[in-house]
Parts: sequence; structure tokens; C-alpha cells
Amino acid sequence: MKQNNLTRKELAEAVADQLGYPRSSCSEIVDSFFDTMKTALMEGEPIKIVHFGTFSLRDKNPRNGRNPRTGESILIKKRQMVSFKPSKTLREQLND
Amino acid sequence: MTKSELIEELAKELKVTVSTASGIISTILDAMAETLVKGKNVEIRGFGSFTVKKYKSYTGRNPKTGEETTVKPKKLPFFKPGKELKEAVNAGKK
Repeated sequence: MKQNNLTRKELAEAVADQLGYPRSSCSEIVDSFFDTMKTALMEGEPIKIVHFGTFSLRDKNPRNGRNPRTGESILIKKRQMVSFKPSKTLREQLND
Repeated sequence: MTKSELIEELAKELKVTVSTASGIISTILDAMAETLVKGKNVEIRGFGSFTVKKYKSYTGRNPKTGEETTVKPKKLPFFKPGKELKEAVNAGKK
């Protein structure tokens, strides 16, 4: 089952097939794509991709957590999480 | 950031035309969507992974009218940010 998953490698191959570029430069292209999205999110900017979905940042409040191994109580600081909301098109594609 | 801004940014980064960058992004997004449609997962190291969650049918209510309806079984994509991405968005914010 694991080899069925899509990773950077398969994406690079798909880009190579489409553009006819060598595989090696296509893996850099795929990396640049995800790096560009990562940079935008780091700057706190949501990413809206039509027909795919929206990546946005959600604030998480500080809360008390516990180390599950030692039972020690620690404060988990206020932090941000990336959340993804699939577009209507993507949701419909999945349920066709 | 919108898809067209993402395309422009990538075109600048890779020193290619906007239409080439647009083709690249469509290829990547289509491949990802197609994989999810097949019920498989997408796993991008350093960014995150997409999985498909299956929901069973349940009886819901129209929140406006209170009317009962049956919600059909459905599948939804779910994104789990990777460790690097989680750390990146929280970097320098203490």
C-alpha cells in the first residue's frame, strides 16, 4: 500500500513527462513549488488555490499538556497551525 | 496568496514564463487531486500529507429549519502539516 502513495518523486516524474525536462531539474521544480507555499505561510499569508483548496493559519490557544511518558505537566505555548479547507470542486471530485 | 500569485512567484523563482509555471502548478495539483480521488495518500516530506477520510452516512438536521435529513456517506481530504512546516510557521514567535 505504501508504494501507492504520491510523493515528491512521483510529482517530479509527472512534471518531467509534461515538460520534457530532465528528472533532476523537475525535482527542484517540485521543491520550489512547496517552498514557495511554505514561505507564504511563514509570512502569515493564506494560500487560495481555485479548484483545490485554501491553506490558512489558525491560532491555537496555550494550554496545559502532559508528557505522556512521565506524566509531567507542561505549558504548551500559543502557536499556529496550518489548516486546509478543500474546495467544492475537490470535494465533488472525491465523491463522484 | 492566490493561485495566480503563486504562478508568478514560481515563474520568477525558476526563471520560466508564466505559462510554463502555470502548467507546472496544474500538473502538480492535478496529480495530487487524482491520487486522492483514487483513495491514495499524498505525502510531501517537509510540507505535509493529505489523506482521505471516509465518513459514514448519518442523520443530520438542517440547522435553519430543524428538519431531519440523511447525510450520505462522503469522503473528505484531510491535510496534516509536516513537522518542518509546523516549525516554520511558529519560528520566531514566542
